[in-house]
Amino acid sequence: MNTQWETVIGLEIHAQLATKSKIFSGASTAYGAEPNTQACAVDLGLPGVLPVLNEEAVRMAVIFGMAIEAHIAPYSVFARKNYFYPDLPKGYQISQMDLPIVGVGHLDIDVDGVVKRIGITRAHLEEDAGKSLHENFHGLTGIDLNRAGTPLLEIVSEPEMSSAKEAVAYMRKMHELVRYLGICDGNMQEGSFRCDANVSVRPKGQKEFGTRAEIKNINSFKFVEKAINHEIERQIEVIEGGGIVVQETRLYDSVKDETRSMRSKEEANDYRYFPDPDLLPVLIDEDFKAQIKARLPELPQAKKQRFKDDYALDEENATLLTSSRRLADYFEIVVKESACEAKICANWVTGDLLAALNRADLEIADSPVSHERLAGLLKRISDDTISGKIAKQVFEELWQGTATADEVIEAKGLKQITDTGAIEAIIDKIIADNQDQVEQYRSGKDKVFGFFVGQVMKEMQGKANPGEVNKMLKAKLK
Amino acid sequence: MHNKTIAELAKGLRSGEFSSVELTTAFLGRIKQHSSLNAYITVTEDLALQEAEAADARLAKGKAELLTGIPIAQKDIFCTEGVKTTCGSKILDNFIAPYNATVVDKFNSAGAVMLGKLNMDEFAMGSSNETSYYGAVKNPWDINTVPGGSSGGSAAAVAARLAVCATGTDTGGSIRQPAALCGITGLKPTYGRVSRYGMIAYASSLDQGGPMTRSAEDAAIMLQTMAGFDEKDSTSVDLPVPDYMAGLSNSLEGLKIGLPKEFFGEGLNSDVAAALEAAINEYRKLGAQVTEISMPTLKLAIPAYYVIAPAECSANLSRFDGVRFGYRCENPVDLTDLYTRSRGEGFGKEVKRRILMGTYALSAGYYDAYYIKAQKIRRLISEDFKKALSEVDVIMGPVTPSTAFGIGEKIGNPIEMYLSDIYTIAINLAGVPAMSVPAGFAKGMPVGLQIIGNYFAEGRLLNIAYQYQQVTDWHQQAPKGFE
Repeated sequence: MNTQWETVIGLEIHAQLATKSKIFSGASTAYGAEPNTQACAVDLGLPGVLPVLNEEAVRMAVIFGMAIEAHIAPYSVFARKNYFYPDLPKGYQISQMDLPIVGVGHLDIDVDGVVKRIGITRAHLEEDAGKSLHENFHGLTGIDLNRAGTPLLEIVSEPEMSSAKEAVAYMRKMHELVRYLGICDGNMQEGSFRCDANVSVRPKGQKEFGTRAEIKNINSFKFVEKAINHEIERQIEVIEGGGIVVQETRLYDSVKDETRSMRSKEEANDYRYFPDPDLLPVLIDEDFKAQIKARLPELPQAKKQRFKDDYALDEENATLLTSSRRLADYFEIVVKESACEAKICANWVTGDLLAALNRADLEIADSPVSHERLAGLLKRISDDTISGKIAKQVFEELWQGTATADEVIEAKGLKQITDTGAIEAIIDKIIADNQDQVEQYRSGKDKVFGFFVGQVMKEMQGKANPGEVNKMLKAKLK
Repeated sequence: MHNKTIAELAKGLRSGEFSSVELTTAFLGRIKQHSSLNAYITVTEDLALQEAEAADARLAKGKAELLTGIPIAQKDIFCTEGVKTTCGSKILDNFIAPYNATVVDKFNSAGAVMLGKLNMDEFAMGSSNETSYYGAVKNPWDINTVPGGSSGGSAAAVAARLAVCATGTDTGGSIRQPAALCGITGLKPTYGRVSRYGMIAYASSLDQGGPMTRSAEDAAIMLQTMAGFDEKDSTSVDLPVPDYMAGLSNSLEGLKIGLPKEFFGEGLNSDVAAALEAAINEYRKLGAQVTEISMPTLKLAIPAYYVIAPAECSANLSRFDGVRFGYRCENPVDLTDLYTRSRGEGFGKEVKRRILMGTYALSAGYYDAYYIKAQKIRRLISEDFKKALSEVDVIMGPVTPSTAFGIGEKIGNPIEMYLSDIYTIAINLAGVPAMSVPAGFAKGMPVGLQIIGNYFAEGRLLNIAYQYQQVTDWHQQAPKGFE
């Protein structure tokens, strides 16, 4: 990229709140139901219906506000955003404009080991629209209003990111945070977490912002990076070609990997926001905030530090394990139940378990190996019942079946042999059969030691306690 | 039978003097006989008779309420499950509501019998009932005049004894003004006293449903059923509903009445003024003290209202887009065509006028000058009412500047039409309750007295109206041919 340009990026993230029912009606928010089966009279915008605010959505917005150390508005107001579209049943979206529930806050991101604080302008509550379906209707458009009225938290950042990489880091961090807080399932494929990116470029050193373009509805980390980078290139090309960037809304086409214009500022709607007279202002008092604060979960940053302090984990493991609350919880339970060294537990969870989960494309919550079963396995490592190598074999069995580690060890006879008599007999036999190697070793070729260990282990099907084998071999070969 | 009060009818139903089916049949007959008044949009004859039978069964079991078996009618703004609900508009001419408004549910559980749905100005926008897609309603006192609006069908039906009582809604005077012009009793409760759920919205921050009856006692009975908190309406108020009947007979000795001088100035017809003077004298005789007060912000009510109400309506009526329900134009070529023709053909002139006014007032660059300014005026008006009502118990004045005007007389001149609500609109902006009570006649046409009270003082208003109706018989008079 041309170095004389710098980029300014701000993101608007839409996080679907994980409430059971919609923000202004009692209909379910579950994903994937038959079209229009989860749209009640209120969601359909029938004549005469009225919205009633779901308190749970307010609670979740406040939790979020606290997590980004934002000002929580004691008085916030819902407003109507007016525009016509077939999937917007009332002809207006209930949102917040002048008085959002969450005010100025911040989020720290980490790019290549450098921490940068990104300002958050505001976060507000609003309802989602339905979906227009263009397939299989013979040129007509179908409308599915199941999503209409689903609660969204729109999180608006300051224009403080200067590369696609930073924008992705911010989006990932936000994704991690909302899942941590349990306020959003973060499912990007289902659209539960998506963003609009405001991108502009300016000559390096210039104070004023360049004209921005807004790229709408990006629903993956990969696309955010690609869409922004593409847009930066496009804008620079326009300017260097003597043109000017126009303020407009653009759409990212992930198939063609390009953005294209949706509408210019001139065509932009005048949304005619005004306070929704059907809803009372939302009043949040100190008591309500105190109740939420008391139940606020440990935040990712604090948890990571604690994992490093309490479990003596390195940066990499601590980061990985705290990347989701469920994974962190899983790890902590394993440590507690196995009484095994935390570092070993961490290696197992981030190593074998995560690898297996990735291969099977599963989340930790759906892991076939429960924390009880993994802890059961690690227990047998720490009490020397099995070696680490055998443990990997047992883990495979745990992954495939439903037995406990003890059952697998018992059934397969994998118990480590610590009986020195048995080991000694094997060692004697190996030494007798391999006099050449004994000579080599005794003449100073230390490497040959590994050959003896290998032979003993092979003979004992890996079940011998490696420590014991080493010790005895060394004594015999002297 | 059709001249009896609710209490008298309830007594007759219990004594076996007549059954609800007989009563209902009699009213259905009257509705047919006087169909030229055009008071009803839909008569639900079969449903009414079924409900009447059920009411008779309930009466027989001794589990009846005061309204059980009483034939009432609903303004066609309230959604009624399985029954056409038009709001007086072509755009809803094919709309069968799939659910009941809370108010309708309440009357159903009280066992009231619904005779049908009453004519009204389209989307409650109008003061003469002439904006209805279903045609003008005639005032039974003079069929060449309007019954007022928007609850014109309700007022005409009650005055003509085509229903014992009816529901109405009042956004800027839509209960009180037609009540006055038709010589009946109408009460607009405090904003939030009656649930708005299922009541098709015109201007959400002003709309309020209320009773339209022949007497204050009937209004008390109706309001008792209608009022109360509804969890489906966030703007309904969670306060206990008092026993409105219990306070009716309280004495008016020492009652402080304030007469705003702004209500009695230029523009008020002298015959109407004379009738009001006589009514206020009656109150003096009942022991009230009358003082003149001043409410300087009243004159700002009409301009503020005609910003706020259209602004809200411009959004409220966006859902009528031809997509999910209601009227859709023939063969739309694209989405824009679908919207513009469905709405262009489905809405009447006055509704379009208000949508345009409201859209304009909310537009970028105009919002502060219109909407925000109007909201400021609204607060000033509320303050004015609070101040006045801290000095006097109630405020009295005219409901309308004149008696009923001729059909066609004002429909071509919106400003003149808007001025017919000059005495009622400020009350909606403040949110306080107010009544219209029959207070005599001017040249043979009814005159209404407006009584305005403090927030949630409906009981006091009913008491004040009731006491007046004990010493006058204006409310008992029936138009010629409808006795």
